[in-house]
Amino acid sequence: MAAASKKKKKKEKIEKRPFSKEEAIRYLKRYWQLYLLLLLPMVYFLIFKYVPMVYIQIAFKKYSLVQNVWKMPWADNHGFQYFIQAFHDRDFWFALRNTVVLNLLDLIIGFPIPIFFAIMLNELRLPRFKKVVQTIAYMPHFLSWVIVASIALQLFTPSTGLVNVLIQKMGGQSIPFLNDPKHWVFTYILVGIWQSFGWNSIIYLAAIAGINNELYEAAEVDGAGRWAKIWHITLPGIRSTIVVLLIMNLGNIIGSSFDRPFAFQNNTVMSWANVLSTYVYTNGIKGLKFSLTTAIGLFQSVVGVIFLLISNRVARKFGERGIW
Amino acid sequence: MADSKIKVKTINEKVRSRHRFKLSDYLIIFVCILITLVCVLPLINLLAKSLSGSDYLVKGEVYLIPKGFTTFAYKTVLSDKKYIWAFWWTVILTVVGTLLSLFMTACCAYPLIYPKLKGRGVFNIIITITMFFNAGTIPNYLLMKSIGFLDNPLSLIIPSCLSVFNMIIMRSFFYQIPDSLREAAEIDGAGFIRILTTIYLPLSKPVIATLALFYAVGRWNGYSDALMYIKESKYYPLQLLLYNVINNINNVEVSTQEGFSTPGLSNSLKAAIVMFTTIPILCVYPWLQKYFIHSVMVGAVKE
Repeated sequence: MAAASKKKKKKEKIEKRPFSKEEAIRYLKRYWQLYLLLLLPMVYFLIFKYVPMVYIQIAFKKYSLVQNVWKMPWADNHGFQYFIQAFHDRDFWFALRNTVVLNLLDLIIGFPIPIFFAIMLNELRLPRFKKVVQTIAYMPHFLSWVIVASIALQLFTPSTGLVNVLIQKMGGQSIPFLNDPKHWVFTYILVGIWQSFGWNSIIYLAAIAGINNELYEAAEVDGAGRWAKIWHITLPGIRSTIVVLLIMNLGNIIGSSFDRPFAFQNNTVMSWANVLSTYVYTNGIKGLKFSLTTAIGLFQSVVGVIFLLISNRVARKFGERGIW
Repeated sequence: MADSKIKVKTINEKVRSRHRFKLSDYLIIFVCILITLVCVLPLINLLAKSLSGSDYLVKGEVYLIPKGFTTFAYKTVLSDKKYIWAFWWTVILTVVGTLLSLFMTACCAYPLIYPKLKGRGVFNIIITITMFFNAGTIPNYLLMKSIGFLDNPLSLIIPSCLSVFNMIIMRSFFYQIPDSLREAAEIDGAGFIRILTTIYLPLSKPVIATLALFYAVGRWNGYSDALMYIKESKYYPLQLLLYNVINNINNVEVSTQEGFSTPGLSNSLKAAIVMFTTIPILCVYPWLQKYFIHSVMVGAVKE
């Protein structure tokens, strides 16, 4: 149904343009196959990306199982009841804090590492060895978060984990890497970096490969050393890539993936491990507070878009291209 | 004459200076070795644990080489119908999902490379908005509920069947194929679908391989959709099963068989399941490395 009306709409649209009916028919006769190809993807976007937006309104409404979304009664306080409720909820503030703190730590510690790694790989002069290093560094990216978390568990458990066994052998005290909130944050960030640094370096390696080789040769003739070449050629060459990725990361500062924190959580560290996505899961899908958690999700999306717009604008102020 | 001689000499010198290793080169090699070790050792430790006897595990004596070598954990995993079923079920989901995803991605990317396509701007906006604004977990859940996708294996395939990011990679690759090829075919009277199947797709094998890998890895490793939408354990993909086993949810296995109550053995069992889940991907991705590096490059440079 939706598909048919969509196609009809498309036709109408074309006919509205300032050219004659015959031309439109001729155009369609020529290009209909392209619209046919686009039909399924567009239906997909409509159903799975845009129809859910209709349900956003339950953030402002009293959810009821039996009623149609459009007919549900508005929530109190001009519909903002659930936002107010969320902002009065201590757990929500903790989840918000944890989301931002974990993302910021990821950004501050994790963002530069792929850049260093890419530059270092670029300086590595053994091509065979370089390839092996790359392959191995990409490997953790292909492990699921469940597996990464279970590897972390095997390495860091207090009594039998490899790391703690080694610490104890060297005369130290075993460290509760995954069972004490502060240590957990540290471990979570480090393991996350372990999983992604190699993969994230690909894009920088690509940018470095795009730098004109003559620049390096000219610098060499001028007697530039390795550091000078990195500082004056490589880094400026990948600057726009760095900025784009930084904008994307800043836009995501309040967003949170679900797979990673959920796989790492355990009961002893929830005060620092509960982020917005897992909060929404436990309170929404498990706890059935649909209106409240939709409100939180909306808050998260809107703030994310705002952050993205701001950081893009700032980047453009500084003369960078930005992401659009 | 003399001039050219001098030139030859300087080039030789340059080449030589390139091959002379300085301290910093050794330092870089050293750091790279360290990094590879950090990446690999955790997995080797896991492999060793999965092959070790329980006594050694409890005492925490297993590092990188299995002690008290036994394949008991693997035999247990491989003889358990639940894991075998979840494995094949995930293989089915991955294959079907990947094929559907590739089909959808090509259908979406290809028409958008035609500048003459009317409404191209509208389509691009429709697609781009979904990249930056997501309705959220609960609205998606309610959608699944309203179209009957809860407890339905389709919810593991269809909602994730098209990724805008991957579509952009494919589109960028299509852009690189010279226009003259398709224009020649158009003059010969070939329809657009035919041009896609006879010119674009055969020339796009690298990007298809890459996206197949991305989609397949995404499906193989994903568990959150199953966690949210699927209650019946027969539809659980491998990762969700693994999650439940590792976190002792439902206490699968641990108490059902003789000797399973010791934590050491269940640890080696967990290690074995992790290896069993991981090995398929680790066997595939190195072969596709040159393709995915190239494709990420194309996507990065063009967009």
